[in-house]
Amino acid sequence: MKAAVIVFPGSNCDRDVQVALAEAMARHAPGTAPVMVWHKDADFEKVDLIVLPGGFSYGDYLRCGAMAAQSPVMKEVVGRAEKGVPVLGICNGFQILTEAGLLPGALIRNASLKFVCRDVNLRVETGQSLFTSRYEQGQTIRVPVAHHDGNYIAGGEDVARLEDRGQIAFRYCDPEGALTGPSNPNGSAANIAGVFNETKTVLGLMPHPERLADPALGGTDGRPMFDGLVEALS
Amino acid sequence: MSDDTVSKVIPPNVIAQHGLSGEEYERILEIMGRAPNLLELGIFSVMWSEHCSYKSSKVWLKTLPTAAPWVIHGPGENAGVIDIGEGLAAIFKMESHNHPSFIEPYQGAATGVGGILRDVFTMGARPVANLNALRFGDPEHPKTRHLVAGVVEGIGGYGNCIGVPTVGGEVNFDPGYNGNILVNAMTVGIAPQDRIFTSQASGIGNPVVYTGSKTGRDGIHGATMASAEFGEGAEEKRPTVQVGDPFTEKLLVEACLELMATDAIVAIQDMGAAGLTSSSFEMASQGGLGVDLDLDRVPCREDGMTPYEMMLSESQERMLMVLKPEREELARRIFEKWDLDFAVIGHLTDSGRMVLKMHGEIVGDLPIDPLAQAAPEYRRPYVNTPQAPSLAPSEVPAPADTGAALLRLLACPDLCSRRWIWEQYDHMVMADTAARPGGDAAVVRIHGTNRGLAITTDCTPRYCQAAPHDGGMQAVAEAWRNLTATGARPLAVTDNLNFGNPERPKVMGQFVGCVQGIGEACRALDFPVVSGNVSLYNETNGKAIPPTPTIGAVGLIEDLARTATVAFQAEGEDIVLIGAGEGHLGASLYLREIEGRREGAPPRVDLAAERRNGDFVRGLIENGQVTACHDLSDGGLAVALAEMALAGSLGAVLSLPDDGGLPPLHAWLFGEDQARYLVTVPAAGPVLKAARGAGVPAAKVGTTGGETLTLPGGAPISLDELRAAHEDWLPAYMGDTAEN
Repeated sequence: MKAAVIVFPGSNCDRDVQVALAEAMARHAPGTAPVMVWHKDADFEKVDLIVLPGGFSYGDYLRCGAMAAQSPVMKEVVGRAEKGVPVLGICNGFQILTEAGLLPGALIRNASLKFVCRDVNLRVETGQSLFTSRYEQGQTIRVPVAHHDGNYIAGGEDVARLEDRGQIAFRYCDPEGALTGPSNPNGSAANIAGVFNETKTVLGLMPHPERLADPALGGTDGRPMFDGLVEALS
Repeated sequence: MSDDTVSKVIPPNVIAQHGLSGEEYERILEIMGRAPNLLELGIFSVMWSEHCSYKSSKVWLKTLPTAAPWVIHGPGENAGVIDIGEGLAAIFKMESHNHPSFIEPYQGAATGVGGILRDVFTMGARPVANLNALRFGDPEHPKTRHLVAGVVEGIGGYGNCIGVPTVGGEVNFDPGYNGNILVNAMTVGIAPQDRIFTSQASGIGNPVVYTGSKTGRDGIHGATMASAEFGEGAEEKRPTVQVGDPFTEKLLVEACLELMATDAIVAIQDMGAAGLTSSSFEMASQGGLGVDLDLDRVPCREDGMTPYEMMLSESQERMLMVLKPEREELARRIFEKWDLDFAVIGHLTDSGRMVLKMHGEIVGDLPIDPLAQAAPEYRRPYVNTPQAPSLAPSEVPAPADTGAALLRLLACPDLCSRRWIWEQYDHMVMADTAARPGGDAAVVRIHGTNRGLAITTDCTPRYCQAAPHDGGMQAVAEAWRNLTATGARPLAVTDNLNFGNPERPKVMGQFVGCVQGIGEACRALDFPVVSGNVSLYNETNGKAIPPTPTIGAVGLIEDLARTATVAFQAEGEDIVLIGAGEGHLGASLYLREIEGRREGAPPRVDLAAERRNGDFVRGLIENGQVTACHDLSDGGLAVALAEMALAGSLGAVLSLPDDGGLPPLHAWLFGEDQARYLVTVPAAGPVLKAARGAGVPAAKVGTTGGETLTLPGGAPISLDELRAAHEDWLPAYMGDTAEN
C-alpha cells in the first residue's frame, strides 16, 4: 500500500496523522509507510490514499482552506480524486476539500465564535465505506475536535439530499448516541461532523481520529479508521 | 544623512524619553568619547533598559543555584538546557509579556507566546509544549472580563495556529492586578544534545543573515515601555505593542529546524525585545567580535524606514544567523522553499564595534562590549517586608456548614475549573499529550518513546505578599510537588519574576526576599534555575502588583505506564494523606473567601519534609502502588479531595484519622500546610507501614465510592452539585452558558 500525506505551509497535524497511519500500515501492510508530499510537488508518485492533514494552511488567512485549495498540488489531488483515488481530509483538510469542490457544503465559524478543543462523541452513520468499514452503523466513538471553523453548513435541501444518499459519515452525539444540541461543539447543521462525496471515496471530517489512536493518549476510537483504510487498500 | 544620525547635542527631555537617567547618559558620553546621535542613543536606551539589561536584578539573580550534573546550559542563553537522557535535551524558559498584554490583550499575549517559542527553537529544539501563568485583576473590575477574553484568545490564536499544544498553566484573580495584569508564557522544546545552537558568533568575515518576516514600524521601544510604570493613558502606548503572525513563525520553525539539521549555522539568535539591536549585539558580544551591518539590505515592510526605526523595531518572527560562507546558498534555498525573506545584511569583523551603514554612509558606530556587558548594575536599597503575624486555627471561626464552605471555595475565581480557558487552546496537537490540562502537571510524551516530561507553573502571590521569602520557597516547593505528584523526577526551574518598581525599597525588599526564598528551596531540592526573566515596573499610579515570582518547572518520567493522575480510579479504595498538617489557615483561600480576611503568615515550608514526603510518594507511583495522586495546595485537603472525585466521577467518604491531636475540623479540612499529598491505594496497610519506615507521616482519611462526597459530620454532597459549583463560575462570568 502507498499513502501520501500532503503538507501545506501551516499544516500542523501532518506528523500526527503520519504516525497513526504508519502504525496501521505496520499492522496490516508491513514494510510500507506513508510518504510526506510538499505542496509544491504537484507530480508526486502514484498512491492508493491521499490524506490532507489538519492545521492552519496559509495561516487560515482569507478563509480556512481557501488558499490551500488553489495550491499546485490540489489540482493534482482533485484530478486523482475524480478518478477514484481515496482522499481523507481531517479538520483543515476537510475545509480544503470543501473549498476545492470535492465535498459539498462549507465550514464556517463555530456558533460559540470560539476555538474549541475537547473530546466529542460521534455517531457512525454508516459502516459501508472504505473509511468506516471497521465501525458499526450507530456505534458511538469518542475523538477530539480542535477548531475555530467547524460549523458545517449546507442548504436545507442539501442536508436532506446528503442524508438520502448516505453521504453523512459522522454526527456529533451524546455518549448514548442521541443527537443533542449540547453534544454539538460548533453548531453544525444536523450535527454533521463528517461527510462523503457521492461515491464515498472522499471523506472530510472535523474531529481528529489520529489523536485518539494510541492507548497512551487516553483512547483508541480513532484507530479503526486507519486500520480499515489500510486493510481495504493493501 | 537623516536627522537621526547626525551627532548633535541631545536635549535632556529626549534623554528622559529614552528612559535613561542623567548618570547613565554621562556614562554613555564616556563610553562613546563623544555625544551619541539619536540612533545611537536609542540603541543604548534599549540595551540598558531594565528589560534587556536586568540592571536592578542582576546582583540578586547571581545568588540563585544554576548547576547540577544534568544542566547543559544554565542562564545566559536564550533558554535553559537540561539532559533528559537518551541523547536528548529539554530546552525551556518562561517570559513575561505583561505590559503589552494590558495595553492590547490579544496581540500582547499572542506575541508573548511567539517570543518564548522563538527563544526555544533558536537553540535547536522543536517546541513540544506551551504553558501560561496569568494574573488578572478583580473579576468585578470593569476591564477584567475584556482582558481575560483577549489574553486567552491571543494565546490560543498563536499556539493553535503554530501547532504547539498549550497544556497547562495557572490563573489568579486579585485586585492587586487591576492596573497591571501578568501574562507569563513558557515553552518547552526537545533537541538532540549534539545539535544545540547558541548565539556565540565566530569567524571573521562570516555572513550575518536576516530571515523571517520583514521589519516594520511596530513595537518600537517596546523594551523601554516594558521598563516603566503605567500612569494615566497607558492605552496610548498601543503603537509599542507588536503584531503577531503565527503562520510565519510556523514557517520559521520548520525552516530553522531544517537548516539546523545541516552544518550551516555558526550562531543564531532570535530578534525579540530590542529586535535587530539586541540580537546583533548579543551575537557579536558573546563571540568577542565586531559586526558591520548594511541597513539598506534589511527587508522592510514599508518604504522610507530610518535606521532608528530599523534598529529598534520589535517586529515579530525574525531571526539573525551567522552562517558558514560556503553554506549560504544551501540556507537560502531552504528559506526560499518556506517563502521566507533571506538577506545577507552584514558580516563579522574583528573591530569589537558595531558599525551601521546606510546609503554608503556610516550612520552609527558603537563599541560592543561596554554596551552589552558594561550595562549599569544597581544594588538598589531595599527594606525587608515586616513579618506577618501568625494566625492560630482557633482565631478563625468554623463555618456554619462545612459542605457549603467547600462548595463556595470550589466556585471561587481562584479555584474554579479553568475548562473555559483550556478548551480554547489546542492542548492535543502533536499527539503526545499524555496528561491533559486539569491535573497537577501536564505530561507530554517524548515523541517516539514511552518516556515523558511533566511540566507545571506555580506561584501563590498572596503568600509572597505576606512573606516574600516564604512565598518564594513555597512557589518552588509547589512546583516540585506538582511534578512529583505525576510520578516525575523534578529536574530544573525557569523563573519569571514579576514585581513593581524596584526603585522603591519596599518593592525591592519583596524582590530580594522572593529570590532568596527561591534560591533556598532550589538548593534544598536539587532543583537548579536554568533560565528566567524579570519583569519590573508592574505598577500603575504608584500601586505595585503583589510580588509574583512564577516558577515554571520540568521533570522526567522514565515510564509513562508508571504515572499517576488526580482522578479517582476505582470504588472502595483507601484514601491516604501523606504529610503532616496543623491546620494552617493564615493567608489561606478559606480565610479570604469564607471569612473575607487577608491576614496572617503563610504556611511554613519545611524543605526537608518536602523532600522526604515527595520522594516517598514518587517511589509509590514508580512501584505502581498508588492509583491516583494529588498534591495539596489552595483550599487544602477538602478541595483536593473534591477535585479528585470530580476528575474520576467517583465519590468518597472522608473520615478523621484516629491518631488524635487534630486541629479544629475546618482547619483540618481547609488548612494549607505544605509537603502534603492525597493518594488512593487498594489497601492502606502496606503504604502506612512503608511510610512509618521512611519517617513520613501518613494516615488513612477515607474511602472512594458512590456518587457523593461526604465530609466528617456533614451530609453527602452530590458530585453533580460539586461539579456545577466548580464548572459554572468562569463560563458564567465570561457570559457563556455552561454548554458551548
